Amino acid sequence: MNTLAEVWSWLTTAAHWSGEMGIWHRLVQHFWLTVGCLAVSCLIALPVALTLGHLGRGGALAVNLANIGRAVPTFAILVLLLLTPLGRHGEWPTVIALVLFAIPPLLTNAYVGMREVDQDVVRAARGMGMTGRQLVWRVELPLAFPLVLTGVRIAAVQLVATATLAALVGGGGLGRIITAGFNLASTPQVVAGAVVVAVFALLMEAAFEAGQRCAPAWARGRMR
Amino acid sequence: MTAPPDDCLARNDWICGDYLSTRRHILLDAVLEHVQLTVVSVLLGLVIALPLALLARRRRWAAGPVLGLTTVLYTIPSLAMFSLLLPLYGLSAALVVVGLALYSLTLLVRNILAGLEGVPAEAKDAARGMGYGPTRQLLTVELPLALPAAMAGLRIATVSAVALTTVGAIVGHGGLGNLIYAGMNSFFKAQVLTASVLCVLIAVAFDLLLLGAERLLTPWRRGRAGRPARGRGAGARRLAAAGRRP
Repeated sequence: MNTLAEVWSWLTTAAHWSGEMGIWHRLVQHFWLTVGCLAVSCLIALPVALTLGHLGRGGALAVNLANIGRAVPTFAILVLLLLTPLGRHGEWPTVIALVLFAIPPLLTNAYVGMREVDQDVVRAARGMGMTGRQLVWRVELPLAFPLVLTGVRIAAVQLVATATLAALVGGGGLGRIITAGFNLASTPQVVAGAVVVAVFALLMEAAFEAGQRCAPAWARGRMR
Repeated sequence: MTAPPDDCLARNDWICGDYLSTRRHILLDAVLEHVQLTVVSVLLGLVIALPLALLARRRRWAAGPVLGLTTVLYTIPSLAMFSLLLPLYGLSAALVVVGLALYSLTLLVRNILAGLEGVPAEAKDAARGMGYGPTRQLLTVELPLALPAAMAGLRIATVSAVALTTVGAIVGHGGLGNLIYAGMNSFFKAQVLTASVLCVLIAVAFDLLLLGAERLLTPWRRGRAGRPARGRGAGARRLAAAGRRP
């Protein structure tokens, strides 16, 4: 109970919200880091996944990538990148690690989505004389869209988490409030930072949930 | 001061044999701690997940809250999760174990539930017809048939737990993560790379071990050799839906 009161008073202190180290600044950093890296990862992963899915090649790679990504600790990659020459260039280790870990869920889900398109539909489209390009844009991608979106959602939640860890290697973002709290041995600050991070992650997830509910029926897919 | 020795430790190389031989005991201790934290947390997760999955299946009203709560837990970033547990457990190994167990819940509950729901109705009818009570039916028919799906969840949960344990370094109980953390602060490249590679090796070892256990526990599936049966659909979908969390 005592800790809760302390956490509340930490969160309601105006000074903790303003300035370079304040919550607002960290929140904005965290948001742009997440959204920017999500855009970059999508630009890299989705064309590859859609091409591979359309051609039906490289399935083992696309599916196993998610497994490999799961076995590699994010923290280890962050530190390894920090110790390379890249580490001397500000946020670069963080950005690269974020993109690296966002790619597997995007690639795997988009690939599986493309491959699971009903082959009868594909054959019908071919029979109507569609070219490969038309097939991708008018048939396969719309049908695969729900799973592609699931991949984007998993990647987004993943990015929020990775961006938090980036604080351990000196990156910006909300995680810095937590690491600063540990350095100051201030339990209220650690917990307050964690609450802000958790709320941010849950809001991100909720935004996707709301987006998927409001989307037109074809983009929502069957409920699974 | 004498001239520094010109070996790979002094040069701070990424790959260094001397590091392996001189720090063997430190590495071994860290690996042991890492394995311990992972195993205890996944077992704890399993002990909590099984009743939750059974509850969610028996009582329809419980399914929503159980799945919702575990998904919320899974959404919280690892660093925040450990931090939220700080007032309860302090800077202890228990904090890391509980945090990791909470993470494994989502994957375990979902997969056990999927396995139980995948049990063919004919198998249940047959068991009932043979006079099996609900408990005997659960233990001897439903749980064995749910095992493949449950094991898939267990494998993903364990591999994720191995990777996530490193974050425990923030409270000083991260197994190999401690070495990575210390190596970061002293720019000790060989230590960071060695500990990272060992993490991946532990994850792969656990995955293979569980795969072997699954084969042993489900002898009736061996003849059909999982490959054609699993195909593109179910296996790939399970992987895709699971995602991963740092």
